[in-house]
Amino acid sequence: MKKLLLSAAILAMTAGGALAQQVVRLGTEGAYPPFNFINEANQLAGFEIDLGNELCARASLTCEWVITDWDGIIPNLVGGNFDVIIAGMNATEARAQVISFSDAYKRPDPSAYMALVGTEASVMESGVISAQSNTVQAGMVAATSATLIEFPTPDETIAAVRNGTADAVLADRDFLLTYLNDAPNEFEIIGTVMPPGTGVALGIRQSDNELRATFNAAIASMKADGSLNALLVQWFGEEVPLFE
Amino acid sequence: MFSFCTTPADLPDWQWFACYLTTATHFALYRSVLVVLLLLALAAPLALGLGFLGAMAVRSRNPVAKGIGWAYVSMVRGVPDVIFFLFVPLAIDQGVEWLFHHALCPDWTEEVWQGNDFRVCPEAKTPLATSPVWVHQVWGFGLALSAFALVFGAFAANTLNGAMSAVPRAQIETAEAFGMTHGQAFRRILLPQMWVYALPGLSNLWMILTKATPLLFLLGIQDVVYWARELGGQKTGLFLYPHPDWRVWYFLGVLVFYLTLTWASQKFFDRLMVRVNRGQATAGGEALRKAAA
Repeated sequence: MKKLLLSAAILAMTAGGALAQQVVRLGTEGAYPPFNFINEANQLAGFEIDLGNELCARASLTCEWVITDWDGIIPNLVGGNFDVIIAGMNATEARAQVISFSDAYKRPDPSAYMALVGTEASVMESGVISAQSNTVQAGMVAATSATLIEFPTPDETIAAVRNGTADAVLADRDFLLTYLNDAPNEFEIIGTVMPPGTGVALGIRQSDNELRATFNAAIASMKADGSLNALLVQWFGEEVPLFE
Repeated sequence: MFSFCTTPADLPDWQWFACYLTTATHFALYRSVLVVLLLLALAAPLALGLGFLGAMAVRSRNPVAKGIGWAYVSMVRGVPDVIFFLFVPLAIDQGVEWLFHHALCPDWTEEVWQGNDFRVCPEAKTPLATSPVWVHQVWGFGLALSAFALVFGAFAANTLNGAMSAVPRAQIETAEAFGMTHGQAFRRILLPQMWVYALPGLSNLWMILTKATPLLFLLGIQDVVYWARELGGQKTGLFLYPHPDWRVWYFLGVLVFYLTLTWASQKFFDRLMVRVNRGQATAGGEALRKAAA
C-alpha cells in the first residue's frame, strides 16, 4: 500500500505538468434535502450537487464528492480531508473564526419553526425545540428561553416533532418545506426568524486564497448569466429570494 | 433491478418492495454488513497480537519495555474510546502526510500548520487527491482498523497479563526443575495454560468490539447503523420511493444482525472454553474429567 502510494506520488511528481486539471474534493452531508441528499441510485443529488458540478466545470476543476457527517465537517476541512464545504452552511461570524467563506450562493432566507397542526405559537418561547447540532438554528434556539434538544441528523429533528419529543423544529425553511409539502395536514409553520450570517456559502480553508478566488469568480459568472437563479428556482420553488 | 421498476409509484405492493429493497442504496446497506464483518475479522487478530506484545512488554524485565508497555496499557484504558477513535486516525493520517511532505517537497516554503489549517503539498496528500475513490475508502478503513486494534489491544494486554499471572507458580517452578530455560517454560507451560484464564475476558472484549463498529461512521466509513438510519428516515416526495419514518424496522433488522452475531460468537467461545479446559486443574477441567469418567 505504502509502496503503491509512494510510487504514485513519485509518478505524479515526475509527470509534472501532466496533471493539468487540479482535483478539488467537495465535502457535503448528503442528508439535507433539497440542498444535498443521497438518492436511490446511491448518488448525491440536490441543489448543491448541481451547483458544485457547474462551478467546477466553469472553473475547469476536476471535482470529487465526499460524504461526511455534519458534526465533523469543519474539522475535516481544516484537517485537509477535503477542500470545500458545500452543505447548506450559513456564513456566520462564529464559523469565520475557523474557516473562510466564498461569496454567498443563496441569499439569507428566514429559518422556520414547524410544528404539528394546532400547536400554539408560544412553544417558540416556552416549549421544547429540536434542531440539528452545530447549526445556526441550534444557536438561535439556545439564545431563546425555549429548551433546545439537538440531533446529529436533520431527519431526526423532524421525527422528534412527530413523536412528541419536541414541540417544534427550527430549521432552514427550504428544508422544512419538503416535509411540509408531503404532509400539509400534519405540519404547519408557526413562525419564522432570520438566521445570522450573510447567506449560504462555500466553506474554504482560510489559507486557500487562490481556491476561494476561483470559486468566487465561478459564482459571479453564474450570477451574471442567471443560471444560479434558475437553479435556485428549480430546487426551491418560486418563493426563494433571487440574486439581482 | 427488475424490468418493472421503471415507475415505482404505480406498482402493487409486492413489486414496489421488490424494487425498493434492491435499490443501489439498499445494496450499499447489504455491503456495509460485509464491511463490518471484515473489520471484525481483521481487528480481532490484530488487537490480540498487539495485546500479546503489550502483555509481554508489561511483564518484561527490561525497564524500557516495561515502561512503554505500562504507558500504552494505562493510557488507552484511561482515555474515553471515542477520543481515541478520533485521535488515532487523525494522528496517523497527518503524521504520514507530514512525513511525505518533508520527504517529497523539500522546496515547499509555506508552513504546514497555518492557524487552524493543516496544509501539505499536493504530492504528500495521503491518499492523493487524484486517487480513485476506492483508494480513499481503503485508506479510511485501514485507519479505522488501526484505531480499533490499538484501543482493544490495550484491553487485551491487561487481560492476557492477568491470565499469565494466574497460571500457578508451581507449574513454572516444575518446568525449571526439569531444566527448561525461561523461554521454554514460557512457551511450553505458561502459554498453553493461560488461555483458560484469558478466555472469559477476551470473549467480553470481542462482544464489545462487535458492537463498537458504529463508531466507524465517525471515521467516514458508512457502516450498517449509518445506512439503517439513512434509509429508515422519512423519504419525502423528492425521492423515487417515498415512505414515512421506517427507522424502527431498519433498526430491528440491525438488532437481529447483532444478536445473531453475538449468539454465534457465544457458541464459538463455549466450544473453545471446553477445549482449553481439557486437562486443567480448574473447576472447568474437573467437570470435564468427571463427565468423561
